Amino acid sequence: MGTVLRLGWLEIKLFLREPMTVVTALALPLVLLFILGGVFGDQPSAPGEEVVWRGEGPMSYYVPAYLVLAAVAVCLISIPTHLAGDRERGVLRRYRASAVGAWAIAGAELAVALAVSTASAVVLLAGAAVVYDFRWPEHPIASALVFLAVVVGYTGIGLLLSALAPTARAAQSVGLILWFVMMLVGGAGPPEEVLTGPMRAISLTTPMLHTVRMLHQPWLGLAPGWSWLVFTMIAAASGTLGLLLFRWE
Amino acid sequence: MSDLAISVEGLTKRYGEVMAADGVTFDVHRGEIFGLLGRNGCGKTTTVECLQGLRRADSGQLSVLGLDPRRHGVELRRRIGAQLQESALPDRIKVREALAFFASLVPGGPPWAEVMADWGLADKRDASFADLSGGQRQRLFVALAVVNQPELVFFDEMTTGLDPVSRHVAWELVDRLRQRGTTVVLVTHFMDEAEALCDRVAVFAHHRVAAVDPPARLADRFGPTEVLFTAEGPVEFLHDVPEVDQVRTVGRQVTVTGSGAVLARVGAALVAHGQAPVDLRSRRPTLEDVFLRLTDDGTAEGSAPVEPTAVT
Repeated sequence: MGTVLRLGWLEIKLFLREPMTVVTALALPLVLLFILGGVFGDQPSAPGEEVVWRGEGPMSYYVPAYLVLAAVAVCLISIPTHLAGDRERGVLRRYRASAVGAWAIAGAELAVALAVSTASAVVLLAGAAVVYDFRWPEHPIASALVFLAVVVGYTGIGLLLSALAPTARAAQSVGLILWFVMMLVGGAGPPEEVLTGPMRAISLTTPMLHTVRMLHQPWLGLAPGWSWLVFTMIAAASGTLGLLLFRWE
Repeated sequence: MSDLAISVEGLTKRYGEVMAADGVTFDVHRGEIFGLLGRNGCGKTTTVECLQGLRRADSGQLSVLGLDPRRHGVELRRRIGAQLQESALPDRIKVREALAFFASLVPGGPPWAEVMADWGLADKRDASFADLSGGQRQRLFVALAVVNQPELVFFDEMTTGLDPVSRHVAWELVDRLRQRGTTVVLVTHFMDEAEALCDRVAVFAHHRVAAVDPPARLADRFGPTEVLFTAEGPVEFLHDVPEVDQVRTVGRQVTVTGSGAVLARVGAALVAHGQAPVDLRSRRPTLEDVFLRLTDDGTAEGSAPVEPTAVT
């Protein structure tokens, strides 16, 4: 456990020393949120119109969705790229020779994911609060716990990506593609309700949609659905595979 | 507790079609500095990596500090130190952070700041790994290998990339490890390093160990001794002297090649034939002579197969 915490702390410090990565992780989701806010405004659908954004104001829908999107960027782009890069350069080899276990590496990356996603969430909420009059969570503690659980799950998926990607470049490309697709069809782009048939089908296969729903439930005070079950299965399977397939070189 | 730090018998490892180690056998005693000499691609690094459990030997009996590296790799790696030929640290990690982290992995070693000072890194404590020179990186890796006060250390080309002064500092520090009782396995290309440091060396040729002995004894066993003098008359009789292999004459300068006590034999024969050259002397073979002789595979240049690196 000590090793995980020390390596985690070291990795967080190393993350903070990459200015570009930090700015991207913290600022990009907020910029995207502002663009959507500029497009859709902040008014719920008028009576008689098609009901979108679960009947909420767009920002009440998008703020939690973008919290998830920011976590996805950290877990599916930053972490796999970083891990695959460390593997390519022989950093993991160096750790292994000193008896650092795969679980310690995974735990350290989880610490990075939790820290950076939380920081990014704080920036996003603060930025959005200045401009928009969105709904704050109905159940704040439950929302926070769901958010952290979502980060843990995505870290498992990120681990699998880094194990499968042959190089850091490959990891980055695959992560970016997944992130874009999930942003567009997973609930952080057009509202779920306006997706056409095939898009909806794709959307249902992405973890993104399920995690956005998971966070919307305590945030907007909706009834819990089965999304947590789908995501738990995806995340547990990926995380287990990611650890099993973990490669040192 | 066994007197052997390492015992390897019949270690075999191949990468696909490429043979890397083909029946490597040797023992390393506790407290010994043991050298592995050989050309590139002859299996030294593969052997060392198998011994640390970083690669899995295909077959053979391996015992390192009483553990089987194939089954108890992690436990073993907590007790050994290693400087690897190909490894890196994150670009932005600072020297002191790296030492503090690696020191924390197995507590109980000396204060890491002391190790940092020993290896001449104190004035680089806040420098990032990316900003270190090749020699500084090398010193940092060696420092990381010993920061946990391991019982056994592997140095794979420790002084490659170091300037001559740093090399000699490194030798002194290895000698200090010896005084502390640490067992050291040293992979090296430098004959002077092997002669200066190693109690015994294993010479690798064709993916196996061709000979194991103290450097001086290897020279005796495998290197021809040369006897040189200025002739005072005909020396054809030397061909019949025992232990003489060859007699070459250039002008009056004679070079006799032989083995064993050839110097005494030649001296006695010369005196018996009424010659007493004042410049009679012998040239002892060096480890390099032995090395070249043992590893000679008929190729002038090192055309041995390239040592396979990480399979990425």
